[in-house]
Formats: sequence, structure tokens, C-alpha cells
Amino acid sequence: MFSLSGKTALVTGASGGIGAAIARQLHAQGATVVLSGTREAALQELADSLGERAHIAVANLSDPAKADGLVAKAEAVAGAPLDILVNNAGLTRDTLAIRMKDSDWSQVMTVDLESPFRLARAALKGMLRRRAGRIISIASVVGTTGNAGQANYAAAKAGIVGMSKSLAQEAGPRGVTVNVVAPGFIETPMTDVLPETVREKLVGSIPLGRMGNTGDVASAVVYLASDEAAWVTGTTLHVNGGMAMV
Amino acid sequence: MSDIADKVKKIVVEHLGVDESKVTPDASFIDDLGADSLDTVELVMAFEEAFSVEIPEDAAEKIATVKDAIDYIEKQKAA
Repeated sequence: MFSLSGKTALVTGASGGIGAAIARQLHAQGATVVLSGTREAALQELADSLGERAHIAVANLSDPAKADGLVAKAEAVAGAPLDILVNNAGLTRDTLAIRMKDSDWSQVMTVDLESPFRLARAALKGMLRRRAGRIISIASVVGTTGNAGQANYAAAKAGIVGMSKSLAQEAGPRGVTVNVVAPGFIETPMTDVLPETVREKLVGSIPLGRMGNTGDVASAVVYLASDEAAWVTGTTLHVNGGMAMV
Repeated sequence: MSDIADKVKKIVVEHLGVDESKVTPDASFIDDLGADSLDTVELVMAFEEAFSVEIPEDAAEKIATVKDAIDYIEKQKAA
């Protein structure tokens, strides 16, 4: 079950916690992975630790031209057409709306919403022709619930859901599926710095009684990438320990 | 038949996987050649790439038959 042997996957934001876990699990299922991100040394280190079937493609997705060209670049380094696109790269510029600068808004929109579209558009051209493909985007529970201080991020993540549903309708007749994974509160270096009292309160709101780990998210991606998920499209898989049942 | 017509025909055969004999000038992509809406968009994109022309959305909508495509591209190339 869930073998990805012979498949080629591009993972953006692969130098981050969740992205690296996704890349590791796809690779463990047999996929050839192309790791993308801005930090070349971190990507190379991950590729080296994976060994064979791992390539890197450095790209800064705040540059539209780089986003447009990344799929072709990934296919060139992997030497194979892309079967699986994982839009994972993202950034946050958190602040209350009344203090939010135009640049806080536009940077988040460019990287978190526009670049996934650019990548999906490029990937779809080949996938539609080949009558196969998987596009999986990582959103967030805040795209559904909202979150004070994250108007930009929540809007972008909600946008991912609407975009994916539209692409799923366009690509469905060609056997290409488009889905979303929406993680909740995941343990990463970013959440490690939270004060203990804040963590306790957050965990208290999670029925499964713990924070998620990056592997929890990666497993959901593996499922959606697999042949077994062939009849699942346009959906959002919430991976949040039951924190928000939507 | 012109070079353009030959090339158009080849692209249609390739993309829709239909027999060459069916690709007559009057053949409609959707009614006669079994294309769906996505196929027609892909065909237009293939024409754009093959002939280095830009086919705007409103023009693309009017390209229903093989002849429509040939005429449009010949006109663009002549201009």
C-alpha cells in the first residue's frame, strides 16, 4: 500500500521542519524527490542524508519568474516528468491588522498563495497530457478558523482551498487529483519558543492531547500522493488532533 | 494543402488520438473528434506553441473546426 516507487515528487520549502518530513516520507515510499527551498546548504544536507533518488533545486518563490520555472528545473534535475507536486513553502508575517503593512500582506500572498498557483499551473500542463498527477498543497487550520494576528496568512491559506477545489474540477477529467492538507498545531522550531503556559493551554484544546509532529502531516501527504487516493480530489484533510472538527 | 494545414492536422491527430482520415477541414473538435473542453484548450495551447502565435480567449472560443484553426493561424501568420 502507498508505494510511490517510480514516481517523481517536488517538495517546496523542503528545508523547513514539515517540508523535510514530507520529503523523507515520500522518499521512504520509493519516490524520487526534488527538494526545493532557499537555503542550499540545508537542502544539500537533507539530500545527502536521503542518498539516492534525492535532488535539490534552489528557488526563492517570492520571485514570480523563479516560481514559474521551478517545475521545469525540477524535472531537469530529476531527469523525469513530475508526478507529484507538494506546495509546502510558506512564510508568516504575523501582526494585528491595524498594524499590518502592505508588504506584510503582499509577501505572504506572493509566497503562500501566488507561488502555489504558479507551480500548479506549470505542473498541470504535463500532468494533463500524461493523464496522471497529484497536486497537494499544505494549508493550515487557521485558513478555516481564522486567527488573530494572521489575517494575511489565514486569507492565503483559505485561498489555497478555493484554488485547489477549482483546479480539482478542471483536472479531474484527466485523472489528476488536487487536494489540501491543513495542519493544526505542529511541533517545530517555530512553536518551541512558546512559553510553557501557552503551550499547555493549546494542548488542552486538542482532544488527542498532544501537539502534532511533522510526521503526522507527512503521512497525510503520502496518502494523498498514493494511487490508493485515486478517488479523492478537491478535499482538505485536516490533521489537527481534533482541535477543529470541520 | 498548405504547410500550416498539414501541421494543424498533425497536432490534432497527436492530441486527440484520432485517425488522420477523420481530421477533415469541416470536422468539429467536439462533435466529430470527441474532444472535451479541456482538449480544446490544450489544442489551442499546442497551436500557440507550434506556430508561435498568441490566440486570445475570445478568438479561441470561435475555433470549433479544423478549418477554423487553419484559417485563424494563416491569418495571423500573414499579418
